[in-house]
Amino acid sequence: MLGYILKRVISGLVTIFLLITATFFLMRAIPGSPFTKGEQTVPQEIMDRLNAKYGMDAPLFTQYIRYLGSIVRGDFGESFKKVNSTVNGMIARGFPVSARVGAVAVVISLMVGLALGISSAIRHGGLIDGFAMVFATIGISVPTFVTSVLLLYLLAGGIFKVLPTYGLTSWRHYILPVTCLCFGPVAYIARLTRSSMLEVMRQDYIRTARAKGVKEKAVVLTHALRNAILPVVTYVGPLIAGLLTGSFIIERLYAIPGIGKYFVDSISGRDYNVILGITVFFGIFVVICNMLVDIFYGIIDPRVKINE
Amino acid sequence: MAQAAPMKPRDTSPFAPIDPALRESDVISRPSVTYWQDAWSRLRKDRLAMFGICFLLVMGLAAIFGPMISPYDYETADFFAIDQRPNAAHWFGTDALGRDLFVRVLFGARISLTIGLVAAFVNMIIGVLYGGIAGFAGGRADNIMMRFVDILIALPSLLYIILLRMFMGSSISSIIIAMCISSWTGTARVTRSQVVSLRTQEYILAAQLSGATSWDVLVRHLLPNSIGPIIVSVTFLVPGAIFSEAFLSFLGIGVQRPMASWGVLANDAIPKLMSAPYQMLFPIAAISLTMFSLNFIGDGMRDALDPKLKR
Repeated sequence: MLGYILKRVISGLVTIFLLITATFFLMRAIPGSPFTKGEQTVPQEIMDRLNAKYGMDAPLFTQYIRYLGSIVRGDFGESFKKVNSTVNGMIARGFPVSARVGAVAVVISLMVGLALGISSAIRHGGLIDGFAMVFATIGISVPTFVTSVLLLYLLAGGIFKVLPTYGLTSWRHYILPVTCLCFGPVAYIARLTRSSMLEVMRQDYIRTARAKGVKEKAVVLTHALRNAILPVVTYVGPLIAGLLTGSFIIERLYAIPGIGKYFVDSISGRDYNVILGITVFFGIFVVICNMLVDIFYGIIDPRVKINE
Repeated sequence: MAQAAPMKPRDTSPFAPIDPALRESDVISRPSVTYWQDAWSRLRKDRLAMFGICFLLVMGLAAIFGPMISPYDYETADFFAIDQRPNAAHWFGTDALGRDLFVRVLFGARISLTIGLVAAFVNMIIGVLYGGIAGFAGGRADNIMMRFVDILIALPSLLYIILLRMFMGSSISSIIIAMCISSWTGTARVTRSQVVSLRTQEYILAAQLSGATSWDVLVRHLLPNSIGPIIVSVTFLVPGAIFSEAFLSFLGIGVQRPMASWGVLANDAIPKLMSAPYQMLFPIAAISLTMFSLNFIGDGMRDALDPKLKR
């Protein structure tokens, strides 16, 4: 088990290292300096001083080593555009907001998705099953921004005016953004759970359990679910990542001051260091999520170790 | 038949002529069906998939010919016809600059569908070759190549698409290139597992014995025989690419104005969502219906080409 965990941690670290390297050189390869704006030229003297201030006068490789060092120390750099504004500051302000909305969305997606998937599998071909599959098809096909725009129009102005449209000050502000975020994941989880549940319910050991006289509820919830949930577990890592990147659109539409908003702002403002910093932060976060999920998977599915 | 025939006296000789009605019983009366005919007959029974194909055909034809026939074009502003509701002259209404939305939605279809198809095609080529070579080479090469795929999948690809967009400028081809960073990994995995399972078959050995080069074995024997699951994974690449483009354009970093893709049109309509909802309705209806169609076709293709993989 320890070997398995160690292996996952090492491959996670390698991925993070490659991610930082790729992002750094990509950002440095973008033509033009971050301090010029279009055709506008800056006197050489000022350019030199700006470059010196941000450590951009050193050779590229030295800059790279310095950047790696600062990431290890937990410093994601500072903004080129806004004076005295650091990426760490933006993360500290934005990330808790995004994480709150995202965490609620993850929990609700898992609960609703699993419940929908399980109930449609045990009543295979029934009414709930039909509803769940129609819902799943819609949820997978319709992009997040379409559902958010429709809900916004329907519930927050166009037709009914029952929910607030922007900000995040009360629980009612969470309803619309969380619903939009959950829509796709719920559909996907329901579909995943349903198909793996149907597969598992056909297995011999389920028949054995029933033959032993185990109650149907226990058969479904303890015998079947334990195996059927495995594909869903592998999806939780990408789900957390998806809710973070997917939240760009939600945060923009509902004016939520989360990290996605800083990211989108830094793109339109061409603030390279902030883009670099937030990308690396996101990347590390995603890789760590995937790594933890992988390790967790190894713990709940003993077969993984045998294959190693 | 035999039961209906009157009882004959029992023939004592060990060799009797066979009942003429039974003579043809081991002849295969139905014409033999090829893999593709079989798949097509299954796909044709799938109503949703057929709806998807028809919808995409209509959408494709409208996207090609619609803007040619219409009296309006996608970029000319008309300040005497701003924010008009749908009417006889402008079927989908006009936007804030008085541009005809019907033409803009069709023009958006051109761009969105082109991006989807081209990106899927490029990703298919990369994925099939990469997965095929990895699976065929086996051993350490396979291991290293697939570890690299694992790493690519672990990266948040959308962020890299955004970074590459800044790096390469804002042409449509740069969107397509940016989408080719990691979308091919799924196809590569599918192709590899197919090739690995087929590699030890006897006909491959026979081909190698008769002097076929590795490339020939891969391209002429292994890949054609794994085509079903590959096509299924490629069908799902198309909606993925259209989705990514719409996402980028909706954030304002995709297709550049005055060009129109469905994401751009939806983005333009946000400020007027409450006062002129029709400006939002048509682009999002177009993209939703297209995504439905593509997903239906993908599901249908999977059931038709890869019956083992029933969902």
